[in-house]
Amino acid sequence: MKTAVVVFPGSNCDRDLAVALREVTGTAPAMVWHRDTDLPDGLDLIALPGGFSYGDYLRSGAMSARSPVMAAVVAAANSGRAVLGVCNGFQVLTEAGLLPGALTRNAGLDFVCRDVALTVASSQTVFSAQYDAAETIRLPVAHHDGNYAADDATLDRLEGEGRVVFRYAEPVNGSARDIAGIVNDAGNVLGMMPHPERLIEAAHGGTDGRRLFEGLMAALA
Amino acid sequence: MKARVIVTLKPGVLDPQGRAIGNALSGLGFAGVGEVRQGKLIELDLADGTTAADVEAMCKALLANPVIENYRIEMA
Repeated sequence: MKTAVVVFPGSNCDRDLAVALREVTGTAPAMVWHRDTDLPDGLDLIALPGGFSYGDYLRSGAMSARSPVMAAVVAAANSGRAVLGVCNGFQVLTEAGLLPGALTRNAGLDFVCRDVALTVASSQTVFSAQYDAAETIRLPVAHHDGNYAADDATLDRLEGEGRVVFRYAEPVNGSARDIAGIVNDAGNVLGMMPHPERLIEAAHGGTDGRRLFEGLMAALA
Repeated sequence: MKARVIVTLKPGVLDPQGRAIGNALSGLGFAGVGEVRQGKLIELDLADGTTAADVEAMCKALLANPVIENYRIEMA
């Protein structure tokens, strides 16, 4: 499976994501700088990492979403390529218009940095096929702007179409309908605030994140 | 010429920062402070001849996120 990780100035989970992809797929991902205008040929998965790209200037993910490389990412997503955005990557995907809604300041104003319980709301996506529906998993979160916001019609549509993939199973950030991760209408773009790349081997304290990458490997390789 | 863009959160979008500011004002003894909403002011120094429509295009492309924010343009 051929993968790429996009690196923005201020990304700080790009190497964690690269390690997870290398461990699960057996091949190191291409690291693509945000100023590049082309992606490598034949990619199966494009991953946007966590971090604080551009120092969260203006709005989290706003500057990165207008980076040169994002035109290629949007084109790849629209052609059906799998795209995963984690944390800041989720914020970038909403700012780029690939996912609906926006990630706003956490309701409690705290930077939340801990493991949280999540419910797998849909196991019917390429990203979540290795989880059981309604299964409870634990993944770390580390964010200040994870409070998912969208109008009621959008939230109803996301739920009605089975596009909510992960929900918080405990109070975390005030997110609308406890949304922690969603897919686009075609199902090939996932944005999620929790960090699956931080829990891929027992030494990390768990492997609940590993199955996301294993599911992608099974579906896309 | 200059333009000022005032970006505010849409009504109904939770503004925990505004709420914290309001609580702080109450804590300082200022009575009668109701809801507080925090926004942004962006000042632009522009070439002569730039129109409000040009600035509006900037707002739509970058300066405001229409999902959660409203904006107002003041040309000066």
